[in-house]
Amino acid sequence: MNGTTLSRPRPMANAWGTLHSFFGELRREPLGFIGLMLIVALILVAILAPWIAPYSPSRQSLSEVLQPPSVAHWMGTDEFGRDILSRLIWGAQITMRTVLSVTAIVGPIGLLIGVTAGYFGGRVDAVLMRITDIVLSFPSLILALAFAAALGAGLGTAIIAISLTAWPPIARLARAEALIVRNTDYVAAARLYGASNLRLLTLYIAPMCIPSVVVRLTLNMATITLTAASLGFLGLGAQPPMPEWGAMISAGRRFMLDQWWVAVMPGFAILFTSLAFNVVGDALRDVLDPRHTKN
Amino acid sequence: MTDTKEILTVQNLDVTFARSAMKAVAGVSLSLGQGKVGIVGESGSGKSTLGRAIMRLLPPSATVTASKLTFDGNPLLSQSEREMRALRGNRMSLIMQDPRYSLNPVLPIGRQVAETAILHKGLSKSAARAVAAEMLDRVRIKDVARVMESYPHQISGGMGQRVMIAAMLLSRPRLVIADEPTSALDVSVRGEVLELLNELVTADGSSLLLISHDIRMVASFCDRIVVMYKGRIVEELSRLSDARHPYTLGLIAAMPDARHPVHRLRVPDRATFDATERSGSPA
Amino acid sequence: MASNSETSVAAAWGGRIGQLVLSLFALIAVTFVIGRLLPTDPVGAIVGELASPEAYAAMRERLGLDQPVVVQFGRYIWNLLHGDLGVAALTGRPVTEDLALAFPATLELATLAVIISFVLGVPLGLAAALNRDSWIDQFARIISLVGHSIPVFWFGIVGLVIFYAGLGWVGGPGRVDVYFEGLVPSVTGMILIDTLLAGETEIFWNALSHIILPALMLAYAAMAYITRMTRAFTLEQIGQDYVTAAKAKGASPARLLFRHILPNISVQLVTILAISYGGLLEGAVVTEIVFSWPGLGQYMTSALLIGDMNAVLASTIMIGVVFMTLNFLSDIAYSMLDPRTQEKR
Ligand SMILES: Nc1ncnc2c1ncn2[C@@H]1O[C@H](COP(=O)(O)OP(=O)(O)OP(=O)(O)O)[C@@H](O)[C@H]1O
Ligand SMILES: [Mg+2]
Repeated sequence: MNGTTLSRPRPMANAWGTLHSFFGELRREPLGFIGLMLIVALILVAILAPWIAPYSPSRQSLSEVLQPPSVAHWMGTDEFGRDILSRLIWGAQITMRTVLSVTAIVGPIGLLIGVTAGYFGGRVDAVLMRITDIVLSFPSLILALAFAAALGAGLGTAIIAISLTAWPPIARLARAEALIVRNTDYVAAARLYGASNLRLLTLYIAPMCIPSVVVRLTLNMATITLTAASLGFLGLGAQPPMPEWGAMISAGRRFMLDQWWVAVMPGFAILFTSLAFNVVGDALRDVLDPRHTKN
Repeated sequence: MTDTKEILTVQNLDVTFARSAMKAVAGVSLSLGQGKVGIVGESGSGKSTLGRAIMRLLPPSATVTASKLTFDGNPLLSQSEREMRALRGNRMSLIMQDPRYSLNPVLPIGRQVAETAILHKGLSKSAARAVAAEMLDRVRIKDVARVMESYPHQISGGMGQRVMIAAMLLSRPRLVIADEPTSALDVSVRGEVLELLNELVTADGSSLLLISHDIRMVASFCDRIVVMYKGRIVEELSRLSDARHPYTLGLIAAMPDARHPVHRLRVPDRATFDATERSGSPA
Repeated sequence: MASNSETSVAAAWGGRIGQLVLSLFALIAVTFVIGRLLPTDPVGAIVGELASPEAYAAMRERLGLDQPVVVQFGRYIWNLLHGDLGVAALTGRPVTEDLALAFPATLELATLAVIISFVLGVPLGLAAALNRDSWIDQFARIISLVGHSIPVFWFGIVGLVIFYAGLGWVGGPGRVDVYFEGLVPSVTGMILIDTLLAGETEIFWNALSHIILPALMLAYAAMAYITRMTRAFTLEQIGQDYVTAAKAKGASPARLLFRHILPNISVQLVTILAISYGGLLEGAVVTEIVFSWPGLGQYMTSALLIGDMNAVLASTIMIGVVFMTLNFLSDIAYSMLDPRTQEKR
């Protein structure tokens, strides 16, 4: 029994093996599987936008201003006669870029802070978690607004502003995981072999925390999508000619009572995107936590 | 073993949990008159499941079937939930393992004991409190007034289990199922709690189904011992010395005996039991 | 023994208050830093581009911008503690006055929303947990999944399109119809209460028809969260031994729910209440824009767009203080309501 855990472990393989089995199990959760397919479809749409969008997202046509959904324009046209569907397809690129950038910033930062706090404990832990709690207690959307306002509106600023307040939950989670992992036999064994702190942290503890961090990051993606859209809506994210979904809603708001589709269509894109992330995150959590399994 | 009047009759009881291929309890038959019957078996052998099946307290994921399951003249499996409620806590009771979990953490002790009186004696709150106080006194709790105001985390485990006994025996049930009532307690108070349970059950003329891991304790305490393994009854004895089934012998050997200390306890050998089971010999 | 645990209780409270003060301080520090990150030149903005270098320097000195950063920060806090948040370029009035007008409107909206979300969310969560995997559980799951995923500002627009423009069931943007505007004296700043105080029932109903849609839309996201958490808390309790013990005593499902489970999750529900309240204040920021609701969110975003940092930072601090205080209060409630954290008498 103990032989396997105490023999020289391959933590990377372990952690990713667990993660792999998550995705395997995901197929048994029909809703989660649909969500995953949706995300894959969204990524494909984002990548293939130049080829699949029926029109250019910026092609204006004054003769086709504010047209309702039709065969030529499935989702209608906006106030400049631009095809809304094409703009949504191109907008997927912006959303995906925002979500992935924030995740790529927040994941490693949260993991680093959490694992360091959990592994070293004591004063390091106290200070890091105090800071985490403080940032966690901030109203994040408001702060993101203030940051974006100060740094000047734009997609880059929005990404930074969201990242600044999105890391604490990841750090807390990584810390909790690290606290468990650091007491396991195989870490103790590695310590006996004389592994250094740095080595233990990066090769033994951090990788074990990755699966649950990934789940949390997936759930976070829904929030990021929504926050990014809110910033866009408030005029603080990607700027107008760019087909950012939130900004499109904001522009369409002027016509909402008569030409409802201008403001309403982009909302569906946001809703389905964050719904997909939420569903996948939920399914991953169900698979991860057997207490939640059904039937 | 000839009981004058049967209180509980179980015939061919099966319990299956959804998604699990194996029966947690399989073909169990037993009958109980006035007296004390012990059920022993290793962890996972289905003892608690059997106890809860009798009380019909298993989660909805469990399917219970039996050719006969009668308690005090009532066919339990065809009772409505409302009828069962009138029996539970009134004519049949369940004492669980750990008072730290089986007492509601945010209710004062007094209210938890009085609850039985409110539910089954139709008493007002204050009258129920008085009955609860009396009952707490019967389980030898000193300073009853203070304990009644306390919350479960403020009393010790031994006291908690006595409170639980008070709540469950308040309406003098015909049948008491005690599911490892002492195994979560400190060794120093186990004897005391068991003694108390014995005394009350005897005084009230209730029957007791005592579930335990400890075959020697059960042997010294009960009139009859039922040995369970993998959901089945493998043997029913009135004295340890009658044991023939290798599993029972294994259980006996695995428990330390103060009178015959051994250097090393035996680890039961599973292959032998399973072989005996398959060939279907002693029962 | 007693004095020992008393000191530990005091220490725990001290720790919490310390954390709150620290958080508030950090928030103020962050807003100060944000204020200094501004690419715009505050001196130039006041004196104009054509001002002489002397006038420029004089204004710079007057604004205290020639002082070291630490001194400026000290002054910032000092002013803050004296309720001096500067003048809003947006309105030309002291920011404090603006906030005093805007805050009650937001508070009213968020309070109504939190009540709605609680009244709907808790029973739905309980019903879902008690009937696990039934249709109601599935329904609750979908409701809360969508609620977690819906952009609240868009939901508001859809609501307006359907219920105001389409069906005409509710009032439109704003707090009352235009011809009622300014008729009721402001006492609390909350229009539902003010109209009742003034005995203006007609305006009250009109105001209610205006607030109900934004409140419902805003409540939905919070309700999604409350439903989900209530369900999780309840499921956790249902598996506990004390619930089985109560069943073994013969307790009915209603009794189990109201006498056993609810008292055990009430503390957690209070925490959730405080957290949702804070979240609603944030959500109000975007909802207010859609519904032209003259609250903090509307004020803050208007200020954002013209770069009025005094107003932006003051609103941030205001929302932050309320948000953090709510979290703090939920913490306190936790220790006051849960007997396990109380002292033995
Ligand atoms: N709620 C449940 N869902 C699924 N399986 C269950 C459930 N409760 C019990 N089981 C299964 O039924 C079998 C018998 O369990 P039971 O708790 O009755 O054993 P036990 O003899 O009381 O063990 P212990 O001595 O550990 O209390 C076990 O295999 C267990 O996994
Ligand atoms: Mg058991």
